[in-house]
Amino acid sequence: MVEWTDEERKAITTLWGQIDVGEIGPQALTRLLIVYPWTQRHFGAFGNLSTYAAIVGNAKVAQHGKTVMSGLETAVKNMDNIKNAYAKLSVMHSDKLHVDPDNFRALAECISVVVAAKFGPTVFTASFQEAWQKFLAVVVSALGRQYH
Amino acid sequence: MNLTAKDKDTVRTFWAKISTNAEDIGTDALSRLLVVYPQTKTYFSHWKDLSPGSAPVKKHGATVMAGVADAVAKIDDLRAGLLSLSELHAFTLRVDPANFKVLSHNILVVLATSFPNDFTPEVHVAMDKFLSAVALALSEKYR
Repeated sequence: MVEWTDEERKAITTLWGQIDVGEIGPQALTRLLIVYPWTQRHFGAFGNLSTYAAIVGNAKVAQHGKTVMSGLETAVKNMDNIKNAYAKLSVMHSDKLHVDPDNFRALAECISVVVAAKFGPTVFTASFQEAWQKFLAVVVSALGRQYH
Repeated sequence: MNLTAKDKDTVRTFWAKISTNAEDIGTDALSRLLVVYPQTKTYFSHWKDLSPGSAPVKKHGATVMAGVADAVAKIDDLRAGLLSLSELHAFTLRVDPANFKVLSHNILVVLATSFPNDFTPEVHVAMDKFLSAVALALSEKYR
């Protein structure tokens, strides 16, 4: 089981409490598709992704970004049992969506960059960054766990 | 994965905007590295104080960013331009090259916190590619 210090729990709930998934999610997914363009392989049905402007303006990308970011709610609500909380989602990503789990790590990086930009240096301190990245790493690990 | 002409322009333009803050960026990135990735502290056991913003962290952050500035100037041939730095890292410092990626990530996080409006997705991808290219050039002499 993951050990969380009180400071880490506080950092995560503080950040999560101020995150608008409709704002952060689209920005994070947009960055994933731009910074790591091979991730576009999973979004053939999303329409025009041919330019940065097209990706930024794509409504399906925005909607999906919101969906994915909302998925973190499960982790926030189940911080002492993230592994099991994501078991079904992990199977789905493996067997149905066929997503390389390295993409979870890449998306986590993009989420951190967007959260950093939103909160700035006085809120997103080194210790908040540590807690947040640890949190995302646990989610990433849980999502990759059921792959076989 | 190569730096296109557009990537280089984007990096140079962005760097021109932020270069006066280079030392602060370096201090912040290094401070975060030591806190968020504590295994990196193993390289600095000779420092008295590893806390964020301490004197040795500030000094070394400035040193690292001076290297990044040099890389921007030599962006057209990083391999040749960073040869002696690569030798330093390979033979003297022997920093595990995996740490280049982790430091790059922290530099990007600092750029995001400090320049949220300028650090657009386009700048992000160009800087990520540039720092990856720098890391590759630094790894050149390792083996």
